[in-house]
Order: sequence, then structure tokens, then C-alpha cells
Amino acid sequence: MSMNLFNFELVSPDKVLVSEPAWQVVIPGEEGYFGVRAGHMSLIAAVRPGVVEVFMKEGDAPKKIFIAGGFADVTATNCTLLAEQAVNVSDLDAVQIEQDIANINEDLKTASDMTEKTILHKKLQLASIKLLAAKAA
Amino acid sequence: MPSLKDYRNRIASVKSTRKITSAMKMVAASKLKKAQDKAEASQPYAKAMAGMMARVAKNVIVTNASPKLLAGTGREDTHLLIVVTSDRGLAGGFNGNLVRLARQEIRRLVSEGKTVKVVTVGRKARDLLKRDQNDKIVHSFTNLGGGKSLAFSDADEVTQFVLAQFEAGEFDVATLIYNKFVSVLTQKPSVQQIIPFKAEEPSANDNKKKEEPKEELSSPYSFEPNEEEMLALLLPKNLGVQVFRALLDSAAGEQAARMTAMDNATRNAGDMIKKLTIQYNRARQAYITKELIEIISGAEAV
Repeated sequence: MSMNLFNFELVSPDKVLVSEPAWQVVIPGEEGYFGVRAGHMSLIAAVRPGVVEVFMKEGDAPKKIFIAGGFADVTATNCTLLAEQAVNVSDLDAVQIEQDIANINEDLKTASDMTEKTILHKKLQLASIKLLAAKAA
Repeated sequence: MPSLKDYRNRIASVKSTRKITSAMKMVAASKLKKAQDKAEASQPYAKAMAGMMARVAKNVIVTNASPKLLAGTGREDTHLLIVVTSDRGLAGGFNGNLVRLARQEIRRLVSEGKTVKVVTVGRKARDLLKRDQNDKIVHSFTNLGGGKSLAFSDADEVTQFVLAQFEAGEFDVATLIYNKFVSVLTQKPSVQQIIPFKAEEPSANDNKKKEEPKEELSSPYSFEPNEEEMLALLLPKNLGVQVFRALLDSAAGEQAARMTAMDNATRNAGDMIKKLTIQYNRARQAYITKELIEIISGAEAV
């Protein structure tokens, strides 16, 4: 591996989604976007739901991946991103997500106990961020 | 004495049962392979999560102000038991043993004067516990994964429910009761406390300790946000990982138990066919002999 690349891994609870050398990765951190390149200081960061941009080589167009939040574990030679859900932005279907949001709202109307409502609210929040990402693509 | 036809019918019926059990064994074997692969595929995430938890926890001192998932509510009055079984039966003692352990736990906690609430995962847990503990069951999850293999989002349903209940102050301590997958032949019904968070047994951490000195050499970690907030974010996720792992273990164990049970059943059916065949042959021979004697004595009489 050449000097200016590092190992980027995107891991979901089900499997390893991406494991490849990258030149730069831009991550939507809880406290703002941050870029990771080889030689980055060691960092553990919380990640918001949003879009991760993976640049394989300098000057390349980034690969965009939507993640439902998670954590990043960064060292000088590695960047491991833990995410519970990850989808290529190009695979997001805005119409489908809008339908999902409508369904959740429908469920919210009939939901009675607090537990159910909290869970639905969380789902709704995530779906709206996903929708934004899909529309921006 | 049964007639020859009775014997033939019985042999035929045991043979068809053997066909079914042997087919179920094959199906369970292939599903077991899939379930084990699944459990393996979940390892990288669980490992990375455990590593992060360890690094963050090292930098945090537990106080009363710490997240409740770590420090607890300060009480131990209400216990939530999450009982994990399979949806389907015919898996030997897989579900029975687990539910027996769950009943033991319930009795123990009740005798200590605690309030017990039960969440069941899997149809069997619900059906078996409904008989005598119906008043304690607060929620039942059945058919997680919809017949397909279990995804993280399925486990997350359980996790989110438990978290929401915890935030609502519905319980103080949460415990998972599930079948741990030890090997294809052994599944161990286990009790694991998940809220408040308890670091894993030292034996499981042995490897990590050896690696630690190496880590110290690399630059020290910084946290964003700070350690305390990080911990508050990590804890619920870590809970999800633990629930997911328990469900995967249980899913793999179910198939392994079914495979063993069906293997035994197939073998027993084979033994039974052998025994019945001998009996059938004897009966047939007795019948032939009887007929011969009748013919001979008839001939002699002439």
C-alpha cells in the first residue's frame, strides 16, 4: 500500500460491508463533519446518521454511503466505522422512503403507550434524514 | 396377538416417520451451517464494539451521575427477564430446559421479594410461560425474522423495546435468559445480566489483556464527544450487540438441538423397524408352521 492510503472498514452487525484502502473518508461526526486520511490521530468518535464519502484515490469522485449513525475508530493506519445500517446513496429510493414515513405517521396515530411512541419517533427521525440524503443524491 | 397385517402397517408407519425425521435432520444441518456463518459474520462488529467499550470505560470513573445503563437505577426492586426460545418445537430439550431455568429464576427473585416482569422472545417461551406466569409477561416477540434468518434489525426491535421500558423506569435490572451455543452437541441455558452493564468475565478478556501493552505504544486516543458522553452513546448500542448475539446463539443452538434430536429419532425409528421386522418374521413363521401342522395332521387322519 502506498504511503498516503489507509485501511477503511465499514462494519455492520451482520457483516463487513467495505474493507479496502482509501485515500480520504469524510464522516458526519456527532460534532461536525471530519475527514480522515492516513496518519490521522487516534480518535473514537460518535457518528450522526448521514452520508459518508469515501475517496479511493486523490481526485476521484467519492463513493457515497448512507449510514444510520454509529461510531468511528480511527488510528494512523486504520479507520473502522461501525454502523447499524448502511446503504449506497444511489440505492436509496426517495419514493419508498416517503411511503415509509407515511406508514410510520399512520402508526403513530394509533400508537397508545409511551414505549411504542418513543420507538416510532426514533424511526421517523431516521427516515427523514434518509429522505434528505436520497433527495440530495 | 396382532395379525401379520397389523405388523406390516406398523412397520410402514414407522418407516415413514423415519423418513420425516431424517429429512428434518438434513434441513436442520443445513440451517445450522447458515446460522453459524451468521454468528461468525457478526464477530467483527461485536469485537470492534467491545474494543471501543473497553477503551472508553478505561477513561471513565463510575459515579451516580454516570449513565443509568452503567450505574443502574440505584435500586434492584424490579427485574426484567428476557426469555429467548425458538418459535418451533421438535428440538429435544432445547426449549424445555430453558423455560425450566427461567421458572427457577422467577421463583428465586419472587422469593427474594422482587417484582418480576417477563419479555418472551419466540413462540415457545410465550406458550410455555403463559400457563403459570401469564401475569408477569409484559410483551411477547414471536416469529422474529419472519421465518428467514435473523437480521440485526430484528434483534433491534427487542433492544429498542427494552431500552424504552428502561427509560420509562419500568424496571431496574434486565437479564437475558438464552441458550448459549457451546457446541453442536451442547447448548447451555444461561443467565446474563445486561442492565446495568457488567464487564464480561475475566476469562473472556484474557486475550485482550495480552494485547494491551502494544496499544499503549500508539498515540493516546481522543474522544469526540468526551468520554462520558461517548459512553452514554455506546451503552445502548452495546446492549443491541449483546441481544443480537444472544439471539444468534439461540438460533444456532435451536438448529443444533433439532439436528441432534432428529438424529436420535431417526436412529430409534431404525431400531424399532428392526424389532418389528423380527416380530413380523416370527409371527409369519408361526403362521406357516401352524398351517403345515394342520395339513400334515389332516393328511395323517385320512
